[in-house]
Amino acid sequence: MDKRTSQKIAFWIFRLLGWFVVGVLLWILGFIVYNGIGVISFEFIFSKPTGVGMLKGGIFPAIIGTFCLIIGSMIVAFPLGVMSAIYTNEYVRDGKFSKFIRMMTNNLGSIPSIVFGLFGMALFVSLWGRSIIAGAFTLGLLALPLVIRTTEEALRTVPDSLRIGSYALGATKLQTIRRVVLPSAFPNIVTGLILSIGRVSGETAPILFTVAAYFLAELPSSIFDQAMALPYHLYVMSTSGKNLVAGREVAYGTALVLITIVLMINFTASFIRRHFAKKHGGH
Amino acid sequence: MRRAIERGIEMIFAASGMVTTVVILLIVAFLFKEGFGLFKSPAVEKGYALCVNADNPVEFISAADIKKIFNEEIEGWVPYRFDGDELSEKYEEEQFAGRLGEIIAETPKILAFIPEEYLPRNVKGVKILSGNTVIPKDFFLGKEWIPTATPAPQFGVLPLILGTLLVSLVAIFIATPLGIGVAIYLSELAQGRVRDILKPAIELLAGIPSVVYGFFGLVVLVPIVQRTFNLSVGETAFTGSIILAIMALPTIITVAEDAMRSTPRAMREASLALGATHWQTIYKVVIPYSISGISAAIVLGIGRAIGETMVVLMVTGNAAKMPSLFDAVRTIPATIAAELGEAPFGGVHYQALFVLGCVLFVITLFISITAELISKRQHNKGL
Amino acid sequence: MNIIEAQDINFYYGDFHALKNVSLNVAKNSVTAFIGPSGCGKSTFLRLLNRMNDLIPDTKLTGKCLINQEDIYAKKADVDALRKKVGMVFQKPNPFPKSIFENVAYGLRVNGIKGKDFIQNRVEESLKGAALWEEVKDKLGRSAYDLSGGQQQRLCIARALAIKPDILLMDEPASALDPISTSKIEDLIYTLKTEYTIVIVTHNMQQAARVSDTTGFFMLGELIEFSDTKKMFLNPDKEQTQNYITGRFG
Repeated sequence: MDKRTSQKIAFWIFRLLGWFVVGVLLWILGFIVYNGIGVISFEFIFSKPTGVGMLKGGIFPAIIGTFCLIIGSMIVAFPLGVMSAIYTNEYVRDGKFSKFIRMMTNNLGSIPSIVFGLFGMALFVSLWGRSIIAGAFTLGLLALPLVIRTTEEALRTVPDSLRIGSYALGATKLQTIRRVVLPSAFPNIVTGLILSIGRVSGETAPILFTVAAYFLAELPSSIFDQAMALPYHLYVMSTSGKNLVAGREVAYGTALVLITIVLMINFTASFIRRHFAKKHGGH
Repeated sequence: MRRAIERGIEMIFAASGMVTTVVILLIVAFLFKEGFGLFKSPAVEKGYALCVNADNPVEFISAADIKKIFNEEIEGWVPYRFDGDELSEKYEEEQFAGRLGEIIAETPKILAFIPEEYLPRNVKGVKILSGNTVIPKDFFLGKEWIPTATPAPQFGVLPLILGTLLVSLVAIFIATPLGIGVAIYLSELAQGRVRDILKPAIELLAGIPSVVYGFFGLVVLVPIVQRTFNLSVGETAFTGSIILAIMALPTIITVAEDAMRSTPRAMREASLALGATHWQTIYKVVIPYSISGISAAIVLGIGRAIGETMVVLMVTGNAAKMPSLFDAVRTIPATIAAELGEAPFGGVHYQALFVLGCVLFVITLFISITAELISKRQHNKGL
Repeated sequence: MNIIEAQDINFYYGDFHALKNVSLNVAKNSVTAFIGPSGCGKSTFLRLLNRMNDLIPDTKLTGKCLINQEDIYAKKADVDALRKKVGMVFQKPNPFPKSIFENVAYGLRVNGIKGKDFIQNRVEESLKGAALWEEVKDKLGRSAYDLSGGQQQRLCIARALAIKPDILLMDEPASALDPISTSKIEDLIYTLKTEYTIVIVTHNMQQAARVSDTTGFFMLGELIEFSDTKKMFLNPDKEQTQNYITGRFG
């Protein structure tokens, strides 16, 4: 075959593959939106599930539960993750130690979420029972590698000339980090943090045994209570229960709410990234 | 003073730096701690014991053999299952142990399954098999996973391991050409607006929660697979593979694209300057140059697929039998997710699930390290 | 006979006017050198001769450039065929991550040549042409990255020679090399002249004086002076050229 023709064919295939991927995304999103939009109502979002098999009412407790878990896990992951990234990027940047830490971070990131669930069960549940705090710790550790990695990337975008300039003025390392490095890396750090929130909000496997409840009559009153959660609710409504067809309606609605939250989080992150990239002239 | 504060804060940073290492160590410690007891636990149901005739030289019978004996699949044995109602027709409860002792002493080839409270202890002619524990060989090579079977639960993880590998490898087989094609498109061809659409689309694909993928698979893909291949149920390994392939795509695309982009411009220009077309340059220069990054992308995709829980739990049908592609399978993560809630805390089943967790942990850690070693080669290779 | 005829060429990177009304002719089997301060447009001019600038987004060209009497920027011009005719050697040695043999054979293979013996002979011939054969004949299967920098650059020359181009463009081919490797490359240019037309960009004026027949002096996108090398270095027409050559700026 003529090399021009083969190039044309190959490039068309790649182009089609690219659009195929977009098509798959639109298919999934469209499917959920199309089927879920009719279910959404004020009542669906702001009331408790009622009726046999939770087929009536809404998903308010699951939404609240998911927000509790997001906040709790971020309280665990943010400070630890950001400090860890500062240490590897600012203190021991190219040493063996930082390589080791990076390797461990990658390894932790590769551990499947169900293994975090097992670990949370063995440690946190035996400490506090099935509770928001046990779930938050489990999810927080799961999010940790992502927080560290994105923060490190953000710190790396700060040019060394800024650091050196600060030292030249007699600033100490800590002052330099606090007054120069962190402020200029801030938007990127925030973006990374928001992205890890997105990841946490949709996780199901780690909360199966550590916090998630099938149904709770009351909203949780403390961090030592169990909670319902959107992803778990979706799982329950789509796989169990006697009336799968009626359950499916609730599942569509739950999926739409869950996906809307996740997408909003992602959009916020990319909005911040773009907004600040423009401000700084971009890379 | 200020020095001391700086030093103190640095120590706090350093401690945080170690946090991932500590978490990994903790995970290892707790998984193994909870799972460790498995190979010391008796192979028979809790609260029961096995007895044989004292003349029988056997000291140990594996769980798989116990099951076969009771199903009368092995010749020459006389299985005896304790039946309280039958015994109580003729005997008082206090006499149970004595009667059982007689039965065992009279029957040379007997294998008796008896509650511990009626165990004929210190009876001549009766041997209690006390060292009958779950053994690693049965666990890792056993072909049956029936954790609630009596008299002996079957903890053979082979079908689960093979199921996991089958589902993930088929997924990668689907995702690799797709993902690399898209990576080529993104790194070599797409510019401007097209890129501005594709890149976020791929990020979104990565952001969709796995349970939503599972739901989509269950409602949309399962019926399609069932109809297309004319199956009785659509919940098959193949269905799971398709969804896992979609989920592995963002990982493969992003890592492979980064690798291809790192091909030096000088390399591309040299190829074009020799009259090669852009496509020839891609497959003769760019891909060979970034091959280790591309391989790392594939390996990472495998890791992602192997560890995925919710999707396989929801769409693969969860039958714990030796896997085949158009049949229901059960993977390791799905097994843990489905059974841990029901397994009695600290029991054999519970321990077995934690050992499964250890197996999964070791597999994914191995994959992660492999990916790291492969991508390191990128920077110091010649040929 | 002129193998290259550039007529009134203007070139833009976005808003930046990189070449201004450049016209020149290059004779067959000659060595032409372009000199000038960095950013003057000499490399841009070189790279438009094999349309390498096409790879840079947001560029624009006006004017005409003929090679072998054909307009290389005509609508139906075949870029791959042009690049086969106009070989190029880059500033830094850039061998592919392949064996020495495969590096040289690359241009033949991508142009659809399959004969095994033919490729074998052409590789040997090209390596001899680039004065590298004696050094590598026993290790053709080894990675090109095992060679020294100077050897790698000669390998890149051999790679360009293998497809028998009419013209060989050299973009500061010795700037990344040590003096001994540099003089080997210069000797090579001298011998290659008999078969090829060579256009070389260099920041090193002595080098231009040593290897070229004709020299062009670029400054701020303009071709200030284009004449016989001896005349240019001994008795330039323009004051700017005089200043540059004598080191008053640049």
